[in-house]
Order: sequence, then C-alpha cells, then structure tokens
Amino acid sequence: METNLLSIIIFAPLVGAAINWLVGRRVRNEMFIATVACGSVAISTIVAFYLAFNSHGALRTEEPLFDHIWTWLHVGNFRADFALAMDRLSGTYALFITFVGFLIHVFAVGYMHGEDGFYRFFAYLNLFMFAMLTLVLADNFVLMFVGWEGVGLCSYLLIGYYIRRKEAGDAAKKAFITNRIGDWGFVLGIMLTFFLTGSVSFFANPAAGEAAQTALSFFKTAQVDPFTFGAIFAGGATSVAILLFIGAAGKSAQIPLYVWLPDAMAGPTPVSALIHAATMVTAGVYMIVRCSEIFVHAPTAMFVVAIIGAATALFAATIGLAQNDIKKVLAYSTISQLGYMFLACGVGAFVAAIFHVITHAFFKALLFLGSGSVIHGMHHEQDMRRMGGLKKYMPITFATMVTGWLAISGVPIFAGFFSKDEILWKTWSAAGLGSFAKVLWAIGAITAFLTAVYMTRMMVMTFWGEERFRKVQPIHDEHEEKDDHHGPVVPHESPRSMTIPLIVLAILSTIGGFIGVPYAFVNRDVNIIEHTLEPAVAKMPASESTEHADEHAHVAEELALAGVSVAIALIGLGVGWTVFKRRPLLEMPRILENKYYVDEIYDKTLIRPIEAASREGLWKVFDIGVIDGTLHALGDAVTELGRLARWLQAGFVRGYAAIILVGALILIGLFAYFGFPR
Amino acid sequence: MEPQLSWYLALSAVLFTIGMAGVIIKRNIIAMFMCIELMLNAVNLTFVAFASFFHDVTGQLFVFIVMTVAAAEAAVGLGIIIAIFRNRETLDVDEASILKF
Repeated sequence: METNLLSIIIFAPLVGAAINWLVGRRVRNEMFIATVACGSVAISTIVAFYLAFNSHGALRTEEPLFDHIWTWLHVGNFRADFALAMDRLSGTYALFITFVGFLIHVFAVGYMHGEDGFYRFFAYLNLFMFAMLTLVLADNFVLMFVGWEGVGLCSYLLIGYYIRRKEAGDAAKKAFITNRIGDWGFVLGIMLTFFLTGSVSFFANPAAGEAAQTALSFFKTAQVDPFTFGAIFAGGATSVAILLFIGAAGKSAQIPLYVWLPDAMAGPTPVSALIHAATMVTAGVYMIVRCSEIFVHAPTAMFVVAIIGAATALFAATIGLAQNDIKKVLAYSTISQLGYMFLACGVGAFVAAIFHVITHAFFKALLFLGSGSVIHGMHHEQDMRRMGGLKKYMPITFATMVTGWLAISGVPIFAGFFSKDEILWKTWSAAGLGSFAKVLWAIGAITAFLTAVYMTRMMVMTFWGEERFRKVQPIHDEHEEKDDHHGPVVPHESPRSMTIPLIVLAILSTIGGFIGVPYAFVNRDVNIIEHTLEPAVAKMPASESTEHADEHAHVAEELALAGVSVAIALIGLGVGWTVFKRRPLLEMPRILENKYYVDEIYDKTLIRPIEAASREGLWKVFDIGVIDGTLHALGDAVTELGRLARWLQAGFVRGYAAIILVGALILIGLFAYFGFPR
Repeated sequence: MEPQLSWYLALSAVLFTIGMAGVIIKRNIIAMFMCIELMLNAVNLTFVAFASFFHDVTGQLFVFIVMTVAAAEAAVGLGIIIAIFRNRETLDVDEASILKF
C-alpha cells in the first residue's frame, strides 16, 4: 500500500537539521534550536506510531507500506530507487528509534546546555536520525547503504564534536575508518547479490513498477548451501552472507572490528547513548535479520556469526570487568550485548535478536543517559575511582540506573531477563548444531554472569560506599572543564530535562519485557513480539514444520533453563556486591584493564606497516616519483624542445639565406621525384 | 652551328648557381644584392630563351614582371641598407645579427 506519510518520518529530522544548521547558527537561541530538534523527532515518532498501529498499519498487516519517493537508479535490470518500505521489522525498528531518539534529544538539551556548538550538535543529531531512519526504512540494499554511510558520517561528526580535543578527533577517525573496512565487505555483498539474483530490492512493489523477483525472494526458493568451509568462497549464498556479515561486524562492533567503540566514548554522552548503544550499532543486526532469507540458506555463515557473536560477548565482558571509566564499562557492555544479538542470529533466532535489540535500546540508553547524568552532576568527572556514595546526592539518577542495572543483569521481571533468556534458550535448543549448541550456551551463560558482576561493580563503585570524591582534587587530565573547581567536587542532581527521559526509560526497562513473554512461562500464546515479527523473518529450512510443535513440547526444558538464567544473574549480583562493596577500588588484572593490548597489536601489525608502506611506497615512489615526475618530465621536455628550436633563430642572415636555399632545393627535388602538380 | 636551347639554359643555370653561392658566401650587403640581381637576370634569360625557341611571347611578358619586381625589391632593400649603415657604420651582414635568443 502506497502512502506518502512514510517520507515524513525520514524528512522531518532532515529539515530540522537544515534549520538548525542554517538558522540556528545565527539565532544561537537554545530554546529555538532545542524545539526544532526535538520537535522534528517528535513528528517522526508520531507519524511512525500512527503508521505502525493504525488499522492498516505496518504492524497489523502482512503487506508492507510503501512510499516510492523517486526513481533514482534504473539501468536495464538494475533498479535501486529512493523508496521506503515499512514492514513489521522496519516498523518495529522505526518505533523504538524515533521514541528512544526523542528521549535522548530531550536529555541532550539539558546535558549540552551552555555549549558553544549547541546548534551544531543538534543539527548533527537530527542528521543522524535522518540517516538511521533511511537505513531502516529503505526498500533496497543501495538506499540502505546510503543510510549506512550516513550514520557512519554522523558518528564521525558527533564523536569528534569536541573539535578542540585531539583524542576526540582521533576517535572519530578510528570509528570512520574501521567502519569503512566493514563497508568494503558490505558493498561486495551487495554486488554479489545483484550478480546472483539480478536485483537489489528487499520488496516487490508492483505499484512502482518493481520486478516481482527481489533479491530476497530469489533465495527463498534456492537450495541451501552445504555446511562446509569451502562454501564461503563458492560465490553463492554463503559468500554473500559472509560479506554482509563483515559489514555488520564493522558497524556493530564485533571481533575484529570492535576497536572503535570504546574510543567513541570521547564524544558527548547523549551521542554514546543514541548512536553507540541504541541505534547505529544495531544497524548490523537489522541488516542481518532483514537478509535472514539469505542467511538461513548459508549454514556456514550462520555458524561463523554465532561463534563470533559468542566470542565477542565473552571477550568484551571480561574487558568491561576491569575498566575504571564509567563510560568505557558501558561501551564494552554494549559490545558484549551486541555479541548476544549476533549469537541469536547465528542460531536462527532472529526474533529473539530483535527483541534483545529493543530491550537493549531501553536499558542501555538508560544506563548511558544515567551515566551522563552522573558525569554532569560530578562536573565532568568520569573515573569511578573518584566517585562513590552518590545515591544520596542524585536520587532520581540512582533509582533509574538501578532499574537499568537489574535489566541488563537479567533479573526477572525486568526487560533484559526476557530477551536474554530467550536468546540463551534458543541457543541451547538450536537444531543442526548438536552439542556445540550447548558450548555456545555455556559461553552465553558465563557472559551473563560476568555482565551481572561488572554492572554491579559499576553501580557499587558509583553509588555506594565512601564518598571518594571528597578526598581527591578533581584531576583535569583530558576532560573539558567548564567550571573551575579548586575544592572537592560536590555532586548535584540533574535538571528535569535530563531526569524525565531517565524515568521514562526506567519504566520501559521494567515493563518492556512483557511484549515477549514466552509460551513456556505462562502456558499461553502471548508472545506479542514473536507474533509480530515472525512473518517478517526467515525460518530455518529444516525446522519449518516442527516450529510450533517444538515450542509446546519443550516447556519443561525451557523453564529449567530460565531458572538457571535467573540463578546466574542473582549469583553474579551477589558476587559483585560482596566483592566490590567492601573493596571498591580492587585492582583488576592488568591485561583486562589494557583490553588485551588489542589496539597496540593492531597498531604494530597493521597500522604501522600500512603507514610505512603508504609513506615510502605510495607517497614517495608513486605520488612524488611517478605523478609529479611525469609532470616535471613533460615540462622539461618542452623546455628542451624550445632550446633546440632556438637554433633556428640565430640572427645569422647568411644562415637564413642558406636555409631558404636548401628548402627550395628539397622542394624541387620532391617535385622532380613525385611529378609536378597538374 | 646554331645556338641550341640547352646552351642558353646551361648558361642560365651557371649564372643562377654563381648568384646563389654569392648570396651565401659574400659578407658585403651590396655584393649580396648584386648576386640576387644576378639570379633574377639568370631567370630572365631562361624565360627569354624559352619564349624565343617556342615562339611564345608569354615568356617575354613574364620577364617584364620579373624586372619590375627586381627593381622594387632593389629599391626597398637599398633603403634598408642605408638605414642599417647609418646606425652601424658597416656593411658587413654578420654584424647585423642581434635579432636572436
């Protein structure tokens, strides 16, 4: 069904960005800029909710809503239009992106108060919303890639928002370049898809003249690739899937391309919350679930995805345990939770992955915004070793962060429990992986335990215990100090513009899980999210017919596993509480604190050689030698010719006479030889 | 024996060659001019010889034109020589070679 309202969702933030950039810069009125920015996102939110939930809404019907804005690329068989499509998957995404984005915009109004670049921040933030929504609502690979690149660009602009800090600029470059490496894989994947299927579209919109055979429908009827290592290079579905996954690994910070995310914490906290927790980093998961039809025909690729997801989850959790900067803990936590989402995709539990995306958006945005509130209240102090006992100074922040903490640790009834448990259950019961599924489950379980431990450590160090901020002078190392304090920092609660979004997100983190209550818990089919998203994702080929039978048959097993999850969460909380309440400054192993020296390893093995090769080879040999050399040689050649030509003008009259004579003789000779002209 | 056409042409050729060599070899501008006149007259002789032997008066007509041109050119050339002589006090053509790199 065609509707022009879809374009409002993406264009409202774009207009907001333009207004803020052009007008806001002159006006410099925070109220105006904030109204434009939050207002445009609010418009997107309202339209998204309307389109999703009205009687013909995207979340109610099977057919997607289309909006063919204009015909962009149409060359022979290749068709990639600027066209939007809201089906159940993209509708779900659009809902939480716009809503959580709106809350974060409101928070940022309070957080960025007094900044010189207030208009610039909100212009970029709105531009980001435009790009993200384009990514999610695109109806073909190419437009999705436009959004993909757009969010990468905005990530760069926003991480490097503090333009005077070198570390921010470096982090921004690192993010962009690492993303680029992923994009290489993604673009190759798109090309291979077109080569195999003749289309890059996700949906067939006959009203706009698009062909009925789309990229995804081709794979639906194709054969499943064999589960071998060679399938990766065979040029079929597996190759496409692996290439797409490389793109997803770059955008969603999986091994080996996760290194940009911790550094990205150099950006303002609302940026970390929006981009690096709730939305941009989940773009990779969205892309994989959108292309789930391709993945289910590529078991080798799914295996790779599952392994990398599980490994990343565990790896990042161990590092998060040893970080002292509150935002770095949350950054590694994000990487770890993203690993869970990819693990879910890898075992075929796409709906579970999206469910975790949604609950993670709620509680991770909450945690990041809460940490932003803490940082704001502590006058830009970020090191947890200098915090402590904040719960009586910042009660609202404390209360909301407690809900986020319980949610991420997987304590029932909070949101994280339902989604994380769903992933763990689906991993345990994954068909086709045999006993390896139990190994993956074990990795997931250990990660859940570590998650509970490090989150408890973070909470205990920040909110309980002695008030360490009274003992030390605030050290102004890399943090921008706007207010110069020469005494101990006295924390204060944040203004309402910051605490209200926290409260809303806390409510969502508490009750948000109820949209996905599995059958096993209540013996009734109330799993809303399962029912909503099931038509939009692909099913594993082997289990098409056994899906529902399984669900009702293994109830006891599922309940047992859920019990284990709860036990793990509570034990983790207990361990964290007992260890860190008494000794909050307990030193963690050096290797974890230094993040396994991965950045240093990359530097030595990849970056230095490439830099050296570029400097010596590409620059000195090719740029200066070949290109500049060619130009210099051309110039010198012309000069030489000129030098030779000078000889003709010696000013020697008798010489001129001689040349005339010789010329005449040659002419006569030619005529005599070839015949006189008639 | 009657003079043959080839004799006239040979004479003309010899005169022309002498004139050519003189233009290149001589350093005195007046001498160069005299050699140029010699070349022109050699050509005149050729035209007249052909006119006479082929009973075609066109050759003699052309001699008129050549003579006119020679006269005009001599006038202009001598004017230039006088101008150069007033500046340089020499008739050596090698001394007039400042229009160079």
